[in-house]
This record gives sequence, C-alpha cells and structure tokens, in this order.
Amino acid sequence: MTLDPAYLEYPHRQLGYDHTLYDWSPLKDRKPLAWPDGKSVAVWAVVSLEWFPIIPGDTPFRAPGHMQTAYPDYRHYTAREYGTRVGFYRLLDAFAKAGVRASVAANGAIAERYPSIIRDIVAAGHEIIAHTTDMNGTIATGLPEDAERALIAQSLDSLERVSGTRPSGWLSIARSQSWNTPRLLKEAGVAYCCDWVNDELPYAFNNGLVNIPLNHELSDRQILNVQQQSVDSYAEQILDAHDWLAAEADREGGGRLLPLHLTPYIIGLPYRMDAFEHLLADLAARPQTWFARGIDILEHFRSQQ
Amino acid sequence: MHDGAPDPALYDFAAYRDRPVIRWPGDKSVAVWVSPNLEYYEIDPPANPHRKSWTKPHPDVVGYSHRDHANRVGHWRMADVMSKHGFPGSVSLSIALCQHHPDVVADANARGWEFFSHGIYNTRYSYGMDEAQERAIIEDSIRTVRDATGQTIRGWLAPALTHTPRTLDLIAEYGLDYTCDLYHDDQPMPVKVKSGRLISMPYSLEVNDHYGFFIYNMSPRDYARTLIRQYQRLADEGTGTVMCIPLHSYLIGQPHRIGAFEEVLRHIAADGRAWITRAGDIATHWFAQQGQQGVPA
Repeated sequence: MTLDPAYLEYPHRQLGYDHTLYDWSPLKDRKPLAWPDGKSVAVWAVVSLEWFPIIPGDTPFRAPGHMQTAYPDYRHYTAREYGTRVGFYRLLDAFAKAGVRASVAANGAIAERYPSIIRDIVAAGHEIIAHTTDMNGTIATGLPEDAERALIAQSLDSLERVSGTRPSGWLSIARSQSWNTPRLLKEAGVAYCCDWVNDELPYAFNNGLVNIPLNHELSDRQILNVQQQSVDSYAEQILDAHDWLAAEADREGGGRLLPLHLTPYIIGLPYRMDAFEHLLADLAARPQTWFARGIDILEHFRSQQ
Repeated sequence: MHDGAPDPALYDFAAYRDRPVIRWPGDKSVAVWVSPNLEYYEIDPPANPHRKSWTKPHPDVVGYSHRDHANRVGHWRMADVMSKHGFPGSVSLSIALCQHHPDVVADANARGWEFFSHGIYNTRYSYGMDEAQERAIIEDSIRTVRDATGQTIRGWLAPALTHTPRTLDLIAEYGLDYTCDLYHDDQPMPVKVKSGRLISMPYSLEVNDHYGFFIYNMSPRDYARTLIRQYQRLADEGTGTVMCIPLHSYLIGQPHRIGAFEEVLRHIAADGRAWITRAGDIATHWFAQQGQQGVPA
C-alpha cells in the first residue's frame, strides 16, 4: 500500500514546537532560578495517595496499579489499601524524622472516604495536590470536555472541603492529559500541574499554567516496579542524581530540582523503608538540600519571573 | 536486497576468525564512536498504516515530553560531558530538528560533530513509501542538513528503524557511504547494492541506552559497566573492530545517569587503545584500506 501523499507533508515543520501549549526554552538559556538560603537543590517529595475502586474503569484507560484479575480482585484492591493505611503513615513518620515537607497528590476519594488522613497531612505541614477523583478518573483525549471539567472540579471540591484549602497543584493519573487539560486546569483555578516531564525546572505554559516537572524516571514506580531494581539501587540513583545536580548548580549557577515521586504501596513496604529513611537522612545531611513542596517551588519561581 | 527471497542477500558470509586485522589510525585496536540521536517526535503525527506512533491518544504527554527533555535539557548536559572527554558525536538526526530547534543542531555542528539522517521525524515511518516518496526523504535529508550545517550527510539510520526493500539501494545511489541499519558484525562490511558502494557501519542495539534502560532494565551504573565490558573485550581482541555507543539524551542525560556515563568516557579515553572518532572517519579509513593487504590475526 502506497502512503497517502499527505504523509510527506509537514504543516508544523517550523521554528519552535509543533504545538502552541508552551514555547521553546532550553534550560541553559534561562535566567538562573535561586532557592532560599543559598540552597542549590530543591528536593521535592510527591506522594501519590490513591483509591482504586474494585470495579476498574477503562475509560479512557485503566490506571497503572489498578485491578488485574477477574472480579473480585482482592489482592490488588487490598494491596493498594495497604499503602494508604500503613505505608503512607510510615512515609509521614519518615518525613517528620528527616524534616521533610512534602506534596501529597491525593485522589478526591481519599478526602471523602478517609478524611482523617487529610487532616494528618495538613497538620504535618504538607501540601495537598489534586490527583483527580479516584483511580477510575483517568484523562486522555476522547474524554468528553464536560466530563473532564466535572472531574477536575469534583477533585478540587472534595479536597478543599476536608483540608480547608483549595489545591494549587494538579497531577493526572499516569501524567496523562487531553488536549483540553491545560485550559480546563487554568479555568478551574489550578496554578500548576506536574504532568509534563520535558524539563527540570518549572516553566509556564502559554496560558499561564505552570508545569513543575515531576521526573517519572526517578519515581519509585519506574525504578522499583517497572525496572525491578532494588531499593538500594534506587537510593544510589537518587543520590547520584543529587550529586550531579548539586555540581551542575555550582558550575552553571541557579538552583536545580530533584523530584521524588513516591507511591505508598511501593516504597512504603517494610523491607524498603529502612533504605528510604537512610536516603532521606543522606539528603537532609547535604548542605545543598532544600526540602520543598510544590507550592514553595511555585512561589520562588513566580517571584523571580 | 533480494526482495521477497528468504535470504535478503544483503552481504556475503564472512566468519570472524582468520580475517585480516584492521589497523585503525595510530595503530589503535578499536574504533569508538558515539552516536547521539538528536530527534524530534511530533505531538500529533499522521497515522502510518503499518506502525502506530504513540501508544496513547494524542497528546501522549509522557512520551512526547520525555523526548522533549532531550532538546531542552539532556542534549546540553550530554554534549558537555562528551566534549570534556574528547568524544565527538556522529549524530543520528531527525532532519526536521533543523527547523524546530536549530540551536541544538548548531551546537552539535560547532562541536565538530558529524550528521547523518535518521529520517525527517522519528514519527514518520518509511513503511509503505513508494520509490518517489523514499527519494523525497533522502533528498530532503541531504538538502536540509547541507543548508543547516554545510555538511553533506554520508550515512543513514532509518527513521525509527523502518525500512523498505529499496532503502539501501537508494541511499547508495545518492552517494551515501554507510548504513547503521545492519547488525551482523563488529567491523564495517560491504553491503550489496544495485549501484555505487555502501558499507554497514557497526551501530548497536545491544548497548544502545534505550535497550540498556528499557529492554534490559539496567540501572545507570549497570549500563556503565556494560559499556566498559564491551569496550574492554573489543580492545582485548585487538582485531580492529568498531564500538558504537548510541545515545538518546532524554535517557543518558538524566541526572541519575550522566555521572555514571561520564566514567565510561573517562575510562575509554584513558585506556589508550581506542581511536575515538566519527562514523564518517571510520568509513573513510575503511575505504582507504581496501585493496591493501591486511595483517593476519
């Protein structure tokens, strides 16, 4: 079969991107971004706190970590709940011990089902990022715009009702957005999203929405679960990244960002937690480290634009 | 190739044993070239009936933005490390990068890197192209790189490794010297083409960073050890082989990987047995040696 002649036409072959969501901006050409107190590496812990309905939805796609067996999938339903009940509290304690203030990307369903968790997060000084409704609340092109708008509003409303604060940040399931998402987030009053992994510092979309890149390659899911490496290797990789970023910041000037995307049912297991606590202690001991929440990073980014 | 035959008849069999040794310049035992893939993936490419591009509905945010990291962050970090240790790049180039991000292309050119074509975009596949269409992308590649860099491309790595039965004949007809699409040997080898001449330049999927991290799921340090072992073995054999390190800066340029990779470059540069070079220079040397008597191993 010969290809349609249009396959060799390139209507968006032009200076800059083949879209208008954000502009071209190589990191090296940007004005340096300074973190407080002369710190050079912002370590941003983001915990995804999720509730998986035992009846999974596949519209528009099934979330990573969702049910896998025929109904009823007790093993995955309960193993995810383990993360919320047990693993997450290990993480809260580890954060307290190391002096970490984190961002918790929570499903709205967590506020509705387990409001005491939300209160514990707020009491510890952590930030809550909106992470859709529940793990059936996936987004991709094809999801009707009204449904996506309602999903965003419902997530923000549920979390605000219990936490007392309307979340500034947004994280989609699997970082998956539709063409409409940046506009709908902006319309809903969201200040930043964490879905685009194309950079290592915050930058603004053309509509004003800020993206704070939450490196998926450095996530516990990617390293421990997808690539099946050990927690010791995970910790070594994070420290190697910190070493590199600190040296790069010294050499080139300007702060760097080290995102730690964490999943309670992955990193919060007993056999992984000691290594993770050691990692936090190692990071805390480094003079370059500024443990920051997304909202803190956003504030420093905005004040220097 | 012999289209439709069980043996595509791309080359003659030649066992590794008892070959003449290839002497690289400076009497080095292994030619090492680094091949950064400088790519542009479209956010909303048209569909090719033979292969899907993104796995998700467009925009595939992680797929697209991960690749975009290469141009915004990864390239500059990777290129600085390569320059620091004296490794030039031989760029597998998505030709449209010359239009989208000419500063990336200019940076590579200023560093003395060579360019060969990796198709117009890594989201436009050759599968299903007729001869006129395939000629169009070859001519586009030659013209666009010449306009952007002053260089005349000498090599080809098919976009996303998508070929047609006539690809190799066509690139030879247009005067290209090497293809990076064949993986049957650790030394350059003649490829049978209808007209002109063409050699296979050893590239590598096995030690490609994409394979290392996403097929073999290596940690950054494991991948670095793999590259050093690959290098040590080829240098020890001393037969005049080629080691290619194919890279994608959205992978190797990540902060948890680049430090371990820098140690690989430091090791190879310090070893002394490597001819650290570019693909085109390897091809030039290989052609110049043809007709000369090799030294038995």
